Amino acid sequence: MSELTRWTAAELAEHLDAGDVSSVEATRAHLDRIAEVEPDVHAFLHVAGPAALTRAEEIDRLRAEGRAPSALAGVPVAIKDVLCTLDMPSTAGSKILEGWVPPYDATPVARLRAAGLVPLGKTNMDEFAMGSSTEYSAYGATHNPWDLSRIPGGSGGGSAAAVAAFEAPVALGSDTGGSIRQPAAVTGTVGVKPTYGGVSRYGSIALASSLDQVGPVSRTVLDAALIHDVIGGHDPHDATSLTDEWPSMAAAARRGKAEGSLAGVRVGVVHQLDGSGFQGGVRQRFGEALKRMAEAGAEIVEVQAPHFEYAISAYYLILPAEASSNLAKYDSVRFGLRVDPGRSTTEQVMALSREAGFGPEVKRRVILGTYALSAGYYDAYYGSAQQVRTLVQRDFTAAFEQADVLVSPSAPTTAFPLGEKVDDPLAMYLNDVTTIPANLAGIPGMSLPIGLAPEDGLPVGLQLMAPAREDARLYRVGATVEALLEAEWGAPLLSRAPKLGRPVPPPGFGTEPDGGTR
Amino acid sequence: MPDATPVISVADVQHLAGLARIALEPAEIEHLAGELNQIVDSVKKVQEVATPDVPATSHPIPLVNVLRADVVGEVLTQQQVLSGAPDAADGRFRVPAILGEEQ
Repeated sequence: MSELTRWTAAELAEHLDAGDVSSVEATRAHLDRIAEVEPDVHAFLHVAGPAALTRAEEIDRLRAEGRAPSALAGVPVAIKDVLCTLDMPSTAGSKILEGWVPPYDATPVARLRAAGLVPLGKTNMDEFAMGSSTEYSAYGATHNPWDLSRIPGGSGGGSAAAVAAFEAPVALGSDTGGSIRQPAAVTGTVGVKPTYGGVSRYGSIALASSLDQVGPVSRTVLDAALIHDVIGGHDPHDATSLTDEWPSMAAAARRGKAEGSLAGVRVGVVHQLDGSGFQGGVRQRFGEALKRMAEAGAEIVEVQAPHFEYAISAYYLILPAEASSNLAKYDSVRFGLRVDPGRSTTEQVMALSREAGFGPEVKRRVILGTYALSAGYYDAYYGSAQQVRTLVQRDFTAAFEQADVLVSPSAPTTAFPLGEKVDDPLAMYLNDVTTIPANLAGIPGMSLPIGLAPEDGLPVGLQLMAPAREDARLYRVGATVEALLEAEWGAPLLSRAPKLGRPVPPPGFGTEPDGGTR
Repeated sequence: MPDATPVISVADVQHLAGLARIALEPAEIEHLAGELNQIVDSVKKVQEVATPDVPATSHPIPLVNVLRADVVGEVLTQQQVLSGAPDAADGRFRVPAILGEEQ
């Protein structure tokens, strides 16, 4: 593996700026790494290959002319397949969209391109982002770089694994109930769900419109902040996009790292998410992280959120309800799969296409959502769930009166073995117990690595949450915690991940017709 | 599922699948009915605290309606819109028969 792939996006940007490495070199190093580890990891559904190198050449030329579009120009990036891309298939992990190339770029993708970042490819995910393990991808599961027999989290397991396996320095994800934060936790990486509306959802294939949020996936808090600064901000194409002027997240991260102190920061431990019932090593590392924060001057307080225990139930009514409506667009008419046996009506073709194109989890949730919205049940289920949403928001409001940030373990367990929960939907849903409340309330959340669980040697994540619009606070506090822990460890957590990779096959072997390697 | 009363019958699942326009095999319907009952039994917990005095929240951040001038904005061309269609003709989406023989 080239040293180039070990650099963070921030480091790479400095080297690009100094001229001691070109974007072509950086892009090629990552494509080589992808070829080396993809047979084991399977983080990508599409690799851009020559298109990435062409773009990198263009950026190198612009930089030579003194016209680099941004400080991050030339840095490679991986993109979750939920985001529409003009020049790459966008399937959201579903057979119903196999091979579909959208006629437009999602806004976060367009902004990355405008800033000169180089898309490396599209990353794997649970179908339509429904899942916590990538096992519901129609194209096969992604494997956790820490232990290839385990899940990389989900739905954004592909982006998290790509970053953890040094296939890309940074990536984009989307988080509806934890799909950025839980994969970050189980792969030892950083992931941020911004405030709802902080990043445009235009071109993000919708799961649940009132919960979905696009955000950064990275190996460091600063890198996440740098990407957040590029993709965030108002977009007239998304009516729910906030018109706020946002402070620089990167500046907040740099400040947090430089300060090295949490003096005056009130850290609220959510009693209902404090980990009783969670895996032992998760609790242990969470406790140690709290201790470290207290030693750095933070005031640790316990806060109550009595309605969080109802959040997961509310979520699994609201999400399917919204999804059943959003997924009605896969009608075999405008795009995607059409299964037409002949002599059938459009309606029959639609039902056959959706039968063939949707996987079991998608069918389960669409039908559950259809039930929750049906006449006679609407008030009892969907209506009640929306009331619980109010109660969860009130819990957050009260908690943030006592604390500047709230903390919990990012996930109840470390990465579990592939196959363990795939046939038990309820057990799979419980993975999201820690992350769901933030989505219901629209507040920002971050996961960052806090060590390895002693019993299995797998990464544990800390979740930080801040009030709506206070994303910068997460970056500031997160960067401080990251710096304190890395000082203690002597190196980033990912330096302890197993070495991956097989000898690269000769050119032409295993190469897809589009020039990418799967 | 030991003591929960099934609230969703096989016929219900059949009906819901019809509403959702998803064709399902009988075995799949049977299996789904079991799973859905288990899930609904779990999520109905929301009813315990959803008392009439609690207002509903549909959207996490309060927003007002967004309006714009009634002029043509940046839009896709007809060719772009049809580019992903399974079938198209004369600048339109082409579909199988709308009505069946018995209709």
